[in-house]
Amino acid sequence: MTETAAAPRVIRVDALSRIEGEGGLMVRFRDGEVEEVKLDVFEPPRFFEAFLRGRHFNEVADMTARICGICPVAHQTSAVQAIESALGVNIPAGIRTLRRLLYLGEWIESHALHIYLLHAPDFLGYESAISLAADHPQLVERALRLKKIGNELIEVLAGRATSPVSLCVGGFYKTPAKSALLKMREDLTWALEAAKDTAVLVANLTFPSFEADYELVALSDPSEYAICAGRIVSSRGLDAAAVDYEKHFREVQVEHSTALHSVRSDSSSSYLVGPLARMNLHRETLTPEAAELAATCGIQWPSRNPFHGIVARAIELVHACEESIAIIDRYEQPPAPRVAVEVREGEGCAVTEAPRGMLYHRYRIDRNGLVEEAKIIPPTSQNLRRMEDDLRLLLPGIAGQTDREITARCESLVRSYDPCISCSTHFLRVRIER
Amino acid sequence: MNQARPKVAVYKFSSCDGCQLAILCLEDELLTLAEKVDIANFLEARSRVVDGPYDITFVEGSITTEEERERIQRIRENSKYLVAIGACAVSGGIQALRNWIHVDAFVQAIYATPEHIHTLATSTPIADHVHVDLELSGCPVNKRQLLTVIASLLRGRIPDVPPYAVCIDCKLNGTPCVMVAQDVVCLGPLTRTGCDALCPSFGRGCYGCFGPSDMSKPETLAEHLKGRRTATPEIIRRLRGINGWSPKFRAATEKLEKTTP
Repeated sequence: MTETAAAPRVIRVDALSRIEGEGGLMVRFRDGEVEEVKLDVFEPPRFFEAFLRGRHFNEVADMTARICGICPVAHQTSAVQAIESALGVNIPAGIRTLRRLLYLGEWIESHALHIYLLHAPDFLGYESAISLAADHPQLVERALRLKKIGNELIEVLAGRATSPVSLCVGGFYKTPAKSALLKMREDLTWALEAAKDTAVLVANLTFPSFEADYELVALSDPSEYAICAGRIVSSRGLDAAAVDYEKHFREVQVEHSTALHSVRSDSSSSYLVGPLARMNLHRETLTPEAAELAATCGIQWPSRNPFHGIVARAIELVHACEESIAIIDRYEQPPAPRVAVEVREGEGCAVTEAPRGMLYHRYRIDRNGLVEEAKIIPPTSQNLRRMEDDLRLLLPGIAGQTDREITARCESLVRSYDPCISCSTHFLRVRIER
Repeated sequence: MNQARPKVAVYKFSSCDGCQLAILCLEDELLTLAEKVDIANFLEARSRVVDGPYDITFVEGSITTEEERERIQRIRENSKYLVAIGACAVSGGIQALRNWIHVDAFVQAIYATPEHIHTLATSTPIADHVHVDLELSGCPVNKRQLLTVIASLLRGRIPDVPPYAVCIDCKLNGTPCVMVAQDVVCLGPLTRTGCDALCPSFGRGCYGCFGPSDMSKPETLAEHLKGRRTATPEIIRRLRGINGWSPKFRAATEKLEKTTP
């Protein structure tokens, strides 16, 4: 739309594609300047925090798995760990390692899905992986096999990849025999090579030149690439325990979103979570082959270009395959699948690194073991404000382009965050007003 | 011949994305499927949208907003076969648990400006709003069942969805009954087959992902559970899970509520 003296130029994308869930984007230019940018989140709220009240703590993992079809393990892990904290349950090292393996399976399937099916088509000039497959079938076949292997790893450990059934407060309902996991080894060895090829492929894509000054936030653990536990650290000096999450971050409501936006409590500013934040903050804990690729792939880390998210995701994919193999090789089936849990009154929280970034769950449990209060803050809510900030920074540089070009660039930027709107609503359509 | 390919659409309503993801999880069949049919409208998977009418439309999710209530009407008019996929679309899903609570109070508690949140008081299945040609239950749907549905509809036939209960699968699989052997609550006797009795194979009770089977009698299981000293509030909670708003589970729990002091 061409701007006239009276009317602003408006670009709208009513329903963004290749993202999980429903959201839109509206950009309004007035007198050639960006006047307003809104990520519309119209995914209806599903009120998990309301109907979790009164449920037994043993039901929470099965219920919170339903928040998201792509990252149920993340929700289940944050949920059971928060409840274990509330009930004072200590989880043996063997069970914790198995939970990490399950989580790595989810990273593999989610990262493979996002890299190839959702985001790579933007860089390669296709509207979808389905069209990409017509010209480059081997790429899409690789993507699908990678994703399948991630799913199968989850299936071996927890029955199915969407709404898995084995994780519970205290451990697992059942742990796999070593022989069952060893059957995954050959596929994971193929997956590791495919992941390395993926990292080289995406590191050589042409990226828009764009940088932003992020506060990067991720879990940190000096001994491993943090996923299931760690301290919350940021590139601006934050170093906090998970229990202090709500002291450092708060949620605000905006009119155009059913997802609350998270901001830093003191500065009210946005921050970035997810693969790019994790890679920038603690590459030193990557597995050897992932670290080698990070160092040689041609991207300078730390990177402040959000479009490099796809490379960070691919290197994490390498890490996930490599570490999964290592865990399987040293795995010994725990003597018992779970530890005894005694009901008591209490409150607890947990932060884990979902494929898209930090995921916070907090529960208060009453003396009968029922949930009195639940709070869930998914990574996409934490990134929404940052996405809008990025779009505001990106748009002045591309304002001279056609609406179609602007729309494509904005959509790709949003996709680089791998937003999961289903998770966040409590998200995508693009509208540009000029 | 290309123009003759049937057009398939996939739409999302209130849901977790897990059932449309089941289509992308057909890793071995997806590219063949994309040759046999024109995946004409599937926003999660592709940006290209081909206008309808569509030969087969899959709908994931339940109706929870006025906008959704209107949108499903337009989708129905534009579809030859409309297939509801997953517990949300078939029974209102887990978010139908809101139907027993006062959402308004919660909206007021969680959102600083509640007037910006537009939501209906209830989460309801697709068939409450439009004619549905086939319902495929499950949370998530079974992707093999989904493939069978596509293959059948492409031949112009509405497939039979197996009507029996999870118990049969345990017997076929040789899984010892968890209710008998481990004394845990199991909804297997009430729940439609589709998961291959997954939970019992993990040593835990079924929690009803696939909703009531055709012959499901929740009242009978409730009596049995009372007999083994399961408290009524727990029985109600168990039935009010993923498919709590399905007519059978709903009726049974509301009856139990009336009999609980």
